[in-house]
Amino acid sequence: MTNYTYTLLIPLIPLVFFLLLGLTGHKMKPIVAGLIGTTGLGISAILSYITAINYFIIDHVAGTGFTSIKAVEFNWLHLTDKLTITLGSLIDPISVMMLVVITTVSLMVHIYSLGYMKGDTGFARFYAFLSLFSFSMLGLVLATNIFQMYIFWELVGVSSFLLIGFYYEKPSAVAASKKAFIVTRFADLGFLIGILMLSFNTGTFDFQMLVDPAGPALASKGGAAFMGMSVLTWSMIFIFMGGAGKSAMFPLHIWLPDAMEGPTPVSALIHAATMVVAGVYLVARLFPVYALGAPDALHIVAWVGGFTSLFAAVIACTQTDIKRVLAFSTMSQIGYMMLSLGVSSYGGHEGLGFMAANFHLFTHAMFKALLFLGAGAIIHAVHSNDMKDMGGLRKHLPITHITFLIACITIAGIPPFSGFFSKDEILVAALHSNKFLFAIEFLVAGLTAFYMFRLYYNIFWGKNTHYHHTPHEAPKVMTIPLMILAFGSVFAGFLPFNEWVTSDGLAFESHIDWAVAIPSVLIGIVGIVVATILYKNETAIPAKMATNFKHLYKWAYHKFYIDEVYLFVTKKIIFQFISAPIAWFDRHIIDGTMNGIAGVTQYVSYHIRGLQSGKVQQYAFVFVSGVVLLVVLFVAFM
Amino acid sequence: MIQNIPLSYVLIVSTLMFFIGIYGFLTRRNLITMLMSIELILNAVNINFVAFNRYLFPQAFEGHFFAMIVIAIAAAEAAVGIAIIINIYRNFRSIDVEQVDQMKF
Amino acid sequence: MFDQIVFFVIAAIILVFSVLTVTSRKILRAAVYLLFVLIATAVLYFMMNYNFLAAVQLTVYAGGIVVLIIFSILLTSHISEHAKMAPLKQSLLSALATIAGAMLTLMVILNFVFVPNTTPVAEQTVNDVGLALVSYQREGFALPFEVISILLLASLIGAIVVAKKEKLILPGKEEISENAENDSAQ
Repeated sequence: MTNYTYTLLIPLIPLVFFLLLGLTGHKMKPIVAGLIGTTGLGISAILSYITAINYFIIDHVAGTGFTSIKAVEFNWLHLTDKLTITLGSLIDPISVMMLVVITTVSLMVHIYSLGYMKGDTGFARFYAFLSLFSFSMLGLVLATNIFQMYIFWELVGVSSFLLIGFYYEKPSAVAASKKAFIVTRFADLGFLIGILMLSFNTGTFDFQMLVDPAGPALASKGGAAFMGMSVLTWSMIFIFMGGAGKSAMFPLHIWLPDAMEGPTPVSALIHAATMVVAGVYLVARLFPVYALGAPDALHIVAWVGGFTSLFAAVIACTQTDIKRVLAFSTMSQIGYMMLSLGVSSYGGHEGLGFMAANFHLFTHAMFKALLFLGAGAIIHAVHSNDMKDMGGLRKHLPITHITFLIACITIAGIPPFSGFFSKDEILVAALHSNKFLFAIEFLVAGLTAFYMFRLYYNIFWGKNTHYHHTPHEAPKVMTIPLMILAFGSVFAGFLPFNEWVTSDGLAFESHIDWAVAIPSVLIGIVGIVVATILYKNETAIPAKMATNFKHLYKWAYHKFYIDEVYLFVTKKIIFQFISAPIAWFDRHIIDGTMNGIAGVTQYVSYHIRGLQSGKVQQYAFVFVSGVVLLVVLFVAFM
Repeated sequence: MIQNIPLSYVLIVSTLMFFIGIYGFLTRRNLITMLMSIELILNAVNINFVAFNRYLFPQAFEGHFFAMIVIAIAAAEAAVGIAIIINIYRNFRSIDVEQVDQMKF
Repeated sequence: MFDQIVFFVIAAIILVFSVLTVTSRKILRAAVYLLFVLIATAVLYFMMNYNFLAAVQLTVYAGGIVVLIIFSILLTSHISEHAKMAPLKQSLLSALATIAGAMLTLMVILNFVFVPNTTPVAEQTVNDVGLALVSYQREGFALPFEVISILLLASLIGAIVVAKKEKLILPGKEEISENAENDSAQ
C-alpha cells in the first residue's frame, strides 16, 4: 500500500505559486509568470496521475473493492472535546477521479491562456488567480471532513469572484462577479445550516464516519421529526441547497449566464468543468447518507436536476451569444448529473446512477472545456461573441472546426464517443427508477443535440460573412490543448468506471442496454438533422418559427424572466422593507449615539474649560473651597 | 504672665488673622498686596506654633525654632517674589493679577 | 488682670489692622498697616517670654520684609495710586468661603479641650536658644539651620538672576552666556 501523504502537495503547490505570482508577479515579464504558473500546475497534474495509477491499478487487489484512505490528517482547531476541526487529505475513488479532472483541465487552461491572454495587462494576476482557484478546488475534493470542504467551498467562491471580475474596468463584469458571489453565498447559508444540523445530530464532521453504513450517523436517522421529515432529511436538503447554488440549479442558476463576462479560459475552467460540478461532488461525497438516511432528499435532488436540464435546454435554443449557449448547456448537463444521482440507490447495480453521474462528470469536463476553449479561439479570431457576426469559419479555422465538431458529436451522444456511454448509463438509471424523469431526459437529449448543432452550423457554416480582417487560426499554444481535450473526449468513454467509481466501492457488471441506447442515439440524430435543415444553409425557417411561436420564443429568449423576478424581490421588497429600516437604524441610532457622545463631550469640555482661566485667584478660591468642603465632610462623618 | 489668658483666645486671634489673610489673597488685585496677605497668613501660623509651644510644651524648643525658620523662609520668599513682580512689571507694564493670565485654555 | 487688658488691646490691634490691610485702597497705607500688625505680633511674643523670637520678628519681618515691600511698591506704581478692588461677585464668594472656613476651624478648635502644662519650667535664655540652634545632638537644630542657610543662598541668587535687566556676564565666560541667551531666545 503506497503512502499517499504526497497528495497533500497537490493542492499546496498551486497555493505556493499563487503567493509567489500574487506578490511578485508584476515584477516579472508576463511570459515568465505564465510559465511559472503552468509549471506549478504541471507538477500537480503529474502527482495526480501518479495517485490515480497507484490507487486504481497498482494498489488494487483484484476482487476487492476500493476503500477510502485517509492519507493525511492534522488537527487545526481544537475548540472543545466534541468540536475539533481537522484538515487533511482523503483518497477515495471520486476524489482521485476529481484530482485527475481538475488538474488536467486546469493544465490545459493554463497552456491555452499563454496564447489567449497574451498582451493583457493583468497577465500575471490572471495566473495567480488561476493558481488560487486550483488550490481551492483541489483542497475541496481532498477534504476529509465537511468543515474543511466548507472552507474550500468558500475559497472557490472567492476565486470565482476574482476571476469573473477580472476585467474590473467593465461595469458588467463587476456586476456579474458580485451577482455570482452573492447568489452562491446565499446558497452557502443553507449549506452551513445543513452542516450544523448534520454534525450536531450525528456528532461528527468526518466523512468516513458519516458515510459508514454501520456508523453512528446513519443509525441515528430515526431521530426527531419536523413536518413529516426527519432531521437528517432536512439537513441533507439544506446541504443540497448549497450544492444547488454552486452548480447553478434552478432557481439559483441566475449567476451562471452572467459569469460569462469573465475571460473564456476562466469560463472553461470554472464554469464548465470544475467549480460547477462541486455541487454534484458534494452529493456524491455524502451519497450513502442521502441514499440510506434521507431518500426524500434524494427525490428532491432528482427533480431539481431534471427540471433544470429541461429549463436550460429550452433557453439554450434561443440564445445568440455563443458563450451563453454553452453556459446553459452546462446547466443542462449538470442537471443530468444531479438527476442521475437522485435516481440512484446504494450498492451494486442499484448504484448505477451514482456511477453514471461521476462518469458523465468526467466526460463532460473534457468536452465542455473543449467547447469553451474552442469558443475562445473563435472569439479570439472574430473579436465578437455573437453568432450573428460569425459564419463560414470552417475554412479559416480548421483545427478549431474539427475539435469543436468532435465535441458537438460527443455531447449529442453519438457512439463511440464518450458522451454516448455516460449519457446512456444515466438514461438507463432513470428508466429503472422513474418513467417521467426518463421521458424528460430523453427529450432533453434531443434538444441538446439540436441546439449544439445550431451553434455549430451558425459558426462554421452558412453565408460567407464579410470580415473586417480575415480570421486567422489560433496559435499552436492554443490549439494543442484543444487537440488533447478532443483526444480525451473521444477515448474517455472506454474507462472502466463500473469497476473504479461505484457507490459502495465494489465493482459491478455493466453492459449496454440496447433498448435504451438505440432510441437515445436516434433522438440525437433527429436533433442533428433538424438543426442541419434549419441552419446549415441560411434559410428563413428559423425566423418563421420564431414568429409562429412568438410567446414561447420571447419567454425563452429572456430566460423566462427569472432575473426580473429576483430583481423585483430584492429591490421592491427586501431593500424597501428590510434594508432601509436597518440602514436608518444604523445611521441615526448607532452613529447617532457615537456622534452624540462626542457632541456631549465637546459641549461639556467647552463649558468647563473656563476652570483653566489662568487667574491665580480663581485657582486659590477653588483650592480653599475644596479644603473647606473636605474638612466639613471629615468632621461631619467621622 | 500669659498663663492667665486661655490658649483658645490666642488661637482665635491667629485663626482670624489667617482667614483674613486668605480673604485678602483671594480678593486683592495688586500683586504686592497679595504678597502682603501671604505674609499675614505666615504670621498667623507663626503665632499658632508659638502658642502651642508655650502652653503645652514649655520645655521644648520645636515650636520656637519652627517659627524662626518660617520667618527666614518668609523673608526669602518675599525677596524672590518681589524680583518676579519687578520682572512682570517690566514685561506687562502693570502689576494687576488679572493681566497675568496667559497660561489658560 | 493687667495682662488681660494688654492682651485684648494687642488682639484688637492685630485684627483691626489686618482687616485694614486687606481692604485699604491705598497701597502704601496697606503696607504701613501690615507693619503695625507685625509689631503687635512681636509684642505678643514678648508677652510669651520669647524674647529672641520677638527680636527676630522685629528685625527680619518688620524691618526687612516690610521695607522690601515698600521699595517694590515705589518701584512699580505711582505713590498715590488707588488700587482697583475686586468685583462684587468675587468679593462675596471669597468672603463666603473665608467665613465658612473660619467658622469651621473655630468650631474644631473650641470644641477641643487643651490641657495646658501647669508645672513651672525654667525660663529659656538666649544662651539656651543659641546652643540648641547649632547643636547636633538629638535635641539640636543644626540640620534645619544648615538647610535654611542653603535656602537663603538659593533665594539670593534667584532674586538677582530674575530681576536683572541685562544678561549675566561672568568674567571669562562670555561665549557660554551668549549661547544660553541665544538658545533661550529661540
